Amino acid sequence: MQTNRIDQSFEKLRAAGETALIPFLTIGDPDIPTSIQIIKELEAAGAHMVELGVPYSDPLADGPVIQRASSRALKHRITILDCIHVAREAREQGVNLPFILFTYYNPVLQLGLERFFELLAENDISGIIIPDLPVEEDHHVRELAVKTNIHLIPLVAPTSQDRIERIVRNAGGFIYCVSSLGVTGERSSFHEGIESFIQSVKAASNLPVAVGFGISSNEQFRMFSQMCDGVVVGSAIVRKIEDELPNLGSPSTRNAAFLHIQDFVRQLKA
Amino acid sequence: MNQVPDQNGRFGEFGGRFVPETLMNALLELEAAYHQYTQDPTFIEELNYLLKQYSGRQTPLYYAERLSSHLGGAKVYLKREDLNHTGAHKINNTIAQALLAKRMGKTKVIAETGAGQHGVATATVAALLGLECKVFMGEEDTKRQQLNVFRMKLLGSEVISVTSGSKTLKDAGNEALRYWVSNVQDTFYILGSVVGPHPYPMMVRDFQRVIGDEARAQILEAEGRLPDAIVAAVGGGSNAMGIFYPFVQDESVRLIGVEAAGRGVNTEFHAATMTKGSKGVFQGSMSYLLQDEYGQVIEAHSISAGLDYPGVGPEHSYLKDTGRAEYVPIRDDEALEALQLLCRTEGIIPALESAHAIAQVVKVAPTMGKDEIIVVSLSGRGDKDVESIMKYLGGSADANESH
Repeated sequence: MQTNRIDQSFEKLRAAGETALIPFLTIGDPDIPTSIQIIKELEAAGAHMVELGVPYSDPLADGPVIQRASSRALKHRITILDCIHVAREAREQGVNLPFILFTYYNPVLQLGLERFFELLAENDISGIIIPDLPVEEDHHVRELAVKTNIHLIPLVAPTSQDRIERIVRNAGGFIYCVSSLGVTGERSSFHEGIESFIQSVKAASNLPVAVGFGISSNEQFRMFSQMCDGVVVGSAIVRKIEDELPNLGSPSTRNAAFLHIQDFVRQLKA
Repeated sequence: MNQVPDQNGRFGEFGGRFVPETLMNALLELEAAYHQYTQDPTFIEELNYLLKQYSGRQTPLYYAERLSSHLGGAKVYLKREDLNHTGAHKINNTIAQALLAKRMGKTKVIAETGAGQHGVATATVAALLGLECKVFMGEEDTKRQQLNVFRMKLLGSEVISVTSGSKTLKDAGNEALRYWVSNVQDTFYILGSVVGPHPYPMMVRDFQRVIGDEARAQILEAEGRLPDAIVAAVGGGSNAMGIFYPFVQDESVRLIGVEAAGRGVNTEFHAATMTKGSKGVFQGSMSYLLQDEYGQVIEAHSISAGLDYPGVGPEHSYLKDTGRAEYVPIRDDEALEALQLLCRTEGIIPALESAHAIAQVVKVAPTMGKDEIIVVSLSGRGDKDVESIMKYLGGSADANESH
């Protein structure tokens, strides 16, 4: 398989002995220009790649924080096309981070799989995560992903057990371990036996292993840094953006709000 | 026709399992348990015992003579699912799934509910079998159906008011799935319709096919032949699938599914998934769906909370695309009219859901000959709807007003 920006980023991190910080944001919350500026702040804060979340009407795998962000974005009809174009726009404005599109399956299906992958390639998106597309259903998507050199990043759950091998066999980019049973959202405790779970995933695959769902603090980031190659932080950042909405909405406080978001992300891996 | 679903839960291109990975092993375990116990004579015996002695099966197939003669065409038979314990067909499925939960060693069950019928049926069997039960219900629906909320609490269940999204049935389903992801190790999800990820559409169909199996034997006994048409309301589609399924191979029998057209299929306020929807993935399976061009799910509207759903069971989509069944829309006002007609001709107050099926019979029976036969699934009784019917009719139940 060819390499892309995601692999190159993990190679550099491995050489430097660092763990990837992979933030998530819901695109279009509160609007597209703000999302693009936040992506720049994430890069300035030291993020290594970024998940662009496509807002969806029925986000089954998400907790209340990302549900609210999706609703806010959908109020002004943000589409999957808008989210894909954000990657190009951010790139043109100088962002170097690899982009990973996080989307539920139905918006992809309505766009058409062929067209979806063409657009990902055109807009320099290197990976996709589809939380409601288990390995049993991903055949066509995987074929096109391989053909276009875009990584289909699989989720592995603490309940996956004997499915792990089958899931990681054809994966690309990295393996995304779900930290606990449940939906996205900050939490103080993780699945019992999380460490042995991550170990079993590592044993099954040569790809980098990242963990996500519920990670919100510097302490948690450091704990997971010991165990794996990357840490995804989603709801905590989306909540930070939510907290800053009033400031983002006013010209006099907008720049300060961006800095607050940047600081929040920076201290995660401090 | 081939046997559906296949081993991946596909009815042709429909169905499947589009869920977070966390749930996959639970679905595979459920499927294995389903295959194991539905072959187990003691499970079957226990199920049949409860269906008979607890729910009151078999339900009658009643010849609606005055309705038939009023319509002046086909003979209309009503399959009286409204006479089940808790007043609807929903309990056929909840008894079976709760027994399965017990066999699998699960002590906690959850359910989603719209109007509250499936929630009440689940709360009922949870009480019967000593299971801890949580029912997810959209906040809007808890307001519209306060009596059912109280019924569930009276039966010892916890009712969780869902405030996400449109705060109706689809969001109750989302929230039940989210809860299940978090508690999959000790919790059994009693899903109420032929929707969701495999094996639910197959399993719920098989637990509801008792409606059609009985109706088939009963009409053969009463008339010595199969009916010319079967009519049933379709929200998710469990009563319709239950009555259709044993007739699918009988090509002479027209299968007519009736969906809710709300204020009209050319307005924004309908639940006509088959008439106006397109193919998509929603709540775990591929089926027809009300959605916009970018795949966002559109809210449904119907006078009937049980039909107020933007999706439909994948096997119905399959029956539609193969041409085996036809699906027609009925508006709120047509359903209300039919409801009153059945009240006055037969002394039966149907649920608003079932009134949609009756409304289709009002259209189709007069076009058929007097020697032809229609069997209608009267899926539930109307007691739960009396308050909202009163509101819609402006507090008036005057016989002259509706004709």
